[in-house]
Amino acid sequence: MKKGVFFYLQLAFTLLICAFLIVPVFMSITAGLTNNYFVGIKSGLTFRWVEQVWGMYSNTIWLTMKIALVTTLVNLCVGVPCAYYLARSRSKLSAFLDECLTLPIAIPGMAIALGLISVYGGITEFRMSWSFILVGHVIFTLPFMVKSVLAVLQSINFRVLEEGAASLGASFWQRFFHVIVPNCKTGIVSGILMTLTLSAGEFNLTWMLHTPLTKTLPVGLADSYASMRLEVSSAYTLIFLGMILPLLIAAQFLNRRPKRSA
Amino acid sequence: MKNASTSVAITLKQVQKTFSDGTLALKPLDLHIEQGEILVLLGPSGCGKTTTLRLIAGLEFCDQGGQILFGERDVTQIAIEQRRVGMVFQSYALFPNMDVSENIAYGLRVRGESKTTQQEKVNEMLELFDLQPYAQRAIDQLSGGQRQRVALARAIITEPEVLLLDEPLSALDALLKKRLRTDINALLKRLGITAVYVTHDQEEAMAMGDRIAILDHGEIAQIGTAEEIYLSPNNEFVANFIGQMNHFDGLLQGQALSFGKQFLPLSPTLYQSCCEGKRLRCMARPEDVRLMAFDEATVKGAVSHSVFLGDRTRVLVDIEGLQEPVHADCFERKRYTRGDRVGLMIPPSRLVLLPTSGTE
Repeated sequence: MKKGVFFYLQLAFTLLICAFLIVPVFMSITAGLTNNYFVGIKSGLTFRWVEQVWGMYSNTIWLTMKIALVTTLVNLCVGVPCAYYLARSRSKLSAFLDECLTLPIAIPGMAIALGLISVYGGITEFRMSWSFILVGHVIFTLPFMVKSVLAVLQSINFRVLEEGAASLGASFWQRFFHVIVPNCKTGIVSGILMTLTLSAGEFNLTWMLHTPLTKTLPVGLADSYASMRLEVSSAYTLIFLGMILPLLIAAQFLNRRPKRSA
Repeated sequence: MKNASTSVAITLKQVQKTFSDGTLALKPLDLHIEQGEILVLLGPSGCGKTTTLRLIAGLEFCDQGGQILFGERDVTQIAIEQRRVGMVFQSYALFPNMDVSENIAYGLRVRGESKTTQQEKVNEMLELFDLQPYAQRAIDQLSGGQRQRVALARAIITEPEVLLLDEPLSALDALLKKRLRTDINALLKRLGITAVYVTHDQEEAMAMGDRIAILDHGEIAQIGTAEEIYLSPNNEFVANFIGQMNHFDGLLQGQALSFGKQFLPLSPTLYQSCCEGKRLRCMARPEDVRLMAFDEATVKGAVSHSVFLGDRTRVLVDIEGLQEPVHADCFERKRYTRGDRVGLMIPPSRLVLLPTSGTE
């Protein structure tokens, strides 16, 4: 079929939008790898800034990874059973719980953080530790895990599968781990990736909850933007992209894969 | 397989089920299913047949006062996983995360059987159900008939005390259905397993069951062999639910039933059991209604419609004095067209009089 003018106009427009979004990222990457951004590439390429960032902020990177991983773990242990309960139960309580779980998506992160600080801020040990940030991240990311698993549970006839397993003598836990969990795998994996990505990149809430000793990568990034030279903060962005991009690509890949029918 | 030894009788005593919204799904029910017997629960949607099956399975629990026994064992309060039942679901409920062999082996796996025992028994099942080529296949790569066989193999591998089948053939096409029901029936008989089979398809019920229990509005309308139910229905519901039934409403006059100017001769047992002038409803199956020459008959009418069905022609005859046309089966290759005047004859012995209508 011959493609008309309209097609090429559309294509040009799309490419323009893509360029608008990608060029700053590309410029930032270049900035992080050039000797002097104002002189340009001709000033030479270097890993100096990346090394400097690593030296100054590696603790924020490790902390970000730690919080993201523990958040994911907590979400797995709480979110999957929670989704299972919501899918099974048709009571008013479960409908109310479902609403409550969705709230953190709608409420600004700052407000959640403020709530946490005003209620638990007095417990100094807790306030000073990274687990304070962890709680915020769990509140913020749990709905994504629950919704993701719930969507899969609602698409498979899991009640009948469970009844089938029970008729063969499987106990509740055998049914849960042999039948329910494996058949929700796509939802769980997509929930994991979402949690990791959201937790690693979370700024609003974390900025309010952090202390000088519990800085995460995005907070450190804001810090470096404010106080360091452009090349350093760009190198920092580069490291962040290196962490987050594989997760995003994996999430995209997972969503594209055709689902196996029940 | 040696199911005959593990199989037990099922007894339901005053089993009743009320749903949480207050609906009475099953009125107090007494039922005994012999060891090795195949009982079919038949009825329209919402009659309580699936509820009864789920109560026997342990997927639902009956109201206070009811009792369910497997042999001598009281299983009323026992959950399904401890009841030692095998169950085949309408949607098969095969696990998509496991292949054919893993699905079949699952019952043994949760019982902690060794890998070798599992493998041996799975192979036995694969062979019994002609599934060897599909052993490693994913469930979504199987046809409906293959899935059905996997579900059955999975249910009987653990040698359950009773086998429960919830409309297992309803998702299949007509031809496959016919073949599979013969296969399943032969297999269940060979294994000698006590089975309860739920269906809404009367032909399937007659082909499968040693006995059929027809349920209506949460109670058994009639229970008996296919012949008993077909030839001597206990009530109007059963008569109309199983096969086609013609109704003749009239008054008893002498040795015949009269309606309009027509007379339908009755058998001595029929007319002797009722008094003269009494209003009666007699019934007859289409295959018992014979078409004959108009002038010789005591019941006469005109053909309103005729359908060629291959082995017979179903002729609908409008009769004066009857509200519904009479369905008659003609097994000779004779053509009838609308408006043809015909006579009807029903051998008196083939007329059915419902017990209730005789005593009104």
